Amino acid sequence: MATLQGMSAMEKTPTKMEPDEVSKPSNGRPQPKLLVSALNFFYGKRQALLDVTIQIPENRITGLIGPSGCGKSTFLRTLNRMYEIVPHARAEGRIELDGQNLMELDAMEVRRRVGMVFQKSNPFPKSIFDNVAFGLRVNRIVRRGELHEAVERSLRRAALWDEVKDSLHDSAYKLSGGQQQRLCIARALAVDPEVLLLDEPCSALDPIATAKIEELLFGLKKLCTVVLVTHNMQQAARVADVTGFFLLGRLIEFNTTEVIFKTPASRQTEDYITGRFG
Amino acid sequence: MSPRLVWRKSVSVMMLSLTGVCALAGVSVLLFILGYLLWYGGKYINWDFVTQLPKPVGETGGGMANAIVGSAKLLLLAALTGVPVGFFGGVYLSEFGGKTFAFLVRYTTDLLNGVPSIVMGIFAYTVVVLPMRHFSTLAGGLALGVMMIPIAVRSTEEFLRAIPTALREGALALGASKWKTIVKVVIPAAAGGIVTGIMLDLARVAGETAPLIFTSFNNRFWSSGWNQPIASLPVMIYTYALGPYDDWHRQAWAAGLILLLLVLAANIVARTVLARRSTAREM
Amino acid sequence: MATPSIAVARPAPSRFPRPGGARAFVERLRSGDEIAHLITLIFASTILFLTAWLVYELWVHSALPRQTFGLGFLTASTWDPVFEHFGALPFIYGTVVTSALGLLIAVPIGVGAAIFLAELAPHGISEALTFSIELLAAVPSVIIGLLGIFVLVPILRKVVEPFLKATLGFLPFFQGPAFGIGFLAAGLILAIMVVPFIISISRGILLAVPTEQREAALALGATKWESTWKVVVPYARTGIMGSVFLALARALGETMAVTMVIGNDPKISASLFAPGYTIAAAIANEFTEATGDLHLQALIELGLVLFFLTILINAFGRILILVTTRKGTSRE
Repeated sequence: MATLQGMSAMEKTPTKMEPDEVSKPSNGRPQPKLLVSALNFFYGKRQALLDVTIQIPENRITGLIGPSGCGKSTFLRTLNRMYEIVPHARAEGRIELDGQNLMELDAMEVRRRVGMVFQKSNPFPKSIFDNVAFGLRVNRIVRRGELHEAVERSLRRAALWDEVKDSLHDSAYKLSGGQQQRLCIARALAVDPEVLLLDEPCSALDPIATAKIEELLFGLKKLCTVVLVTHNMQQAARVADVTGFFLLGRLIEFNTTEVIFKTPASRQTEDYITGRFG
Repeated sequence: MSPRLVWRKSVSVMMLSLTGVCALAGVSVLLFILGYLLWYGGKYINWDFVTQLPKPVGETGGGMANAIVGSAKLLLLAALTGVPVGFFGGVYLSEFGGKTFAFLVRYTTDLLNGVPSIVMGIFAYTVVVLPMRHFSTLAGGLALGVMMIPIAVRSTEEFLRAIPTALREGALALGASKWKTIVKVVIPAAAGGIVTGIMLDLARVAGETAPLIFTSFNNRFWSSGWNQPIASLPVMIYTYALGPYDDWHRQAWAAGLILLLLVLAANIVARTVLARRSTAREM
Repeated sequence: MATPSIAVARPAPSRFPRPGGARAFVERLRSGDEIAHLITLIFASTILFLTAWLVYELWVHSALPRQTFGLGFLTASTWDPVFEHFGALPFIYGTVVTSALGLLIAVPIGVGAAIFLAELAPHGISEALTFSIELLAAVPSVIIGLLGIFVLVPILRKVVEPFLKATLGFLPFFQGPAFGIGFLAAGLILAIMVVPFIISISRGILLAVPTEQREAALALGATKWESTWKVVVPYARTGIMGSVFLALARALGETMAVTMVIGNDPKISASLFAPGYTIAAAIANEFTEATGDLHLQALIELGLVLFFLTILINAFGRILILVTTRKGTSRE
């Protein structure tokens, strides 16, 4: 992973990429699925992200860690333009999805291609089936006859099918917390997203439910690019291929998970992962 | 963009605009009512209208001085009967209420709030007018007073509850007894809100007509006592609007304007005070 | 108060510690606590007593027609004070038709406006518009009635009813002479009177829908409208239904404005242009003119019917609102 190593920033501000370097990844290495350069983000006058530059590799799990309020969730929400629903929020800089400028695409289109799972499981007060079918129906992705098949496929991918196949038309609220979160993953997967963003998906779950979701994530990276925000360092160490460390709105360091956790380049990263932070 | 996405986005914009039209429709009805009354009623309001008695049927001119004073007397009676029950009931619910009994009181209060005003009129009729054998100011005041109770109770309770527990504990810690704490600390702290709530309550019953038409009835002259029928603005508007004379209609518009302005002014003042209090509390 | 009180009875934790034991009781008695408790308790009990008394009075003073007509009172369609035949059906019919018509107009507009105020309008604009809509709820009924007879009725008679007759005249609802006064006028007036209630309560319920629900829908590529209509509104559905029931209870009991425009004719007609009568309007009009005891008591029995009808619908609406506002995000 030479590119990634090359990217690791020694300074507080990551070095900016040369455009050439960015658009022409070397052969044999993972393709950058999302390419963010010089991203600044503001809530009104308060700046939440400073000059973030990062390449998110395709078909890998990218973990984003950092203390709360460091901007990692805000960063995640720029990748599918969900930040736009917050009044007075503003992003400057460039984000590319497969080389296309994300800001010039249609927001609905972006959100279909870049799915999201939230911190608190948020199933709709509908049946399990209707929850998964929601995205398929509004986007009219599959024909009516194929709907059931598509729902089953998504539930299998989220490792939920065997638990719910006999109760597809029961309310989603009857499921346990962990099952609800996997239902939300299935719902996001149903529209075949190219990228799946997960915003601390296990923070409200018990260890067993968490283990199930982590296991599921390993399988998911074959289907899509995964970006996982977590404040649980062990979780990042367990599941992520590459990890980025955020602090006070800056991306301090970005490298393979092994390097980040064993030989971090930055003092701040080291302080954080060894618990000496603050 | 795919044609399907273009279609979905157009539907979105269209439907959301329609909801905006609905909201505008609601607001424009208010503006229309206010504008029409200002225009029509404003023309017929003059000094005579507020100082003179109604002229005998068929003659033009005259005013509704007796109805204005009558409405004030009825509201005074209503406040005297409704406010004590509402206020002390609210204090009970907020400060002393247990579980089951307080729940029962609260639920009954909500139900009483939903009783149609005309039914309150029947109640006042059966308990005051029937035994006395004639219409009276007292009966009208009682009907309005009972109508005031539910909102007086609930708003008093809400405002008392909003007083932080720390304030009570502070007073209790100084050795004050519970009722002294309530009287000297809790109620003064909530007084502004409670008074405002009662003002809104009065504004609501000030416009009530149905419970008055067969309790306080109407009177073309000054009422001679509390046990005599009395004129009131809402009943006058009702009678004059349905009457056959143009001059009556004009007077109905003028009376409508006066009533509307009084009710809206009370509402605007009270709501502004409440809004300011709640933002102050948030800060 | 114009804002409908949607607060629903809930158990209240006591704010004061309350030591037990006989000595503590004597202590509290001496300090006046028990006396204060007793005084407020008496006033609180007054509310229960008044409500019970109200029901008792209505019941006792409607004994005569109940003995004379029994349940036939509700099903007979003749109301003739001269021959003392009293059947409430025309009034019940008029009350139901005008209220249904009012809701038919008010619900789409009210829910639409609530969606705009809760989901779309910026905070400041939403507050200002909600303020004016709550003022509309404060306008006295007799003033709405005044505008009804002098503004709405002429427009209905000259413009709206001839137009409806020309276009939809094949339907039984839009036939017969255009009087202006009648079911249609009463329905429109009721719509104006209940719309503020639906808007104000529904807006509150929509605002209580968790943001996560909207985010989940938008993150799946739904448009703003799809997220609102397919996720937010269904989430709030029970509560919105509750607001509609509260509005219905209000429409059923509304007296003055309806009395002024409905025409006061105890007839059952399919045409919305025809004059009719409602329960509340009958009581308002005939009470002071009732000659015999049977007539007066029949009117009081009408009041009793109206009382139970509105209480039931009101209680049901409050339960629906309570259920929705307690619903959590993740688990029920």
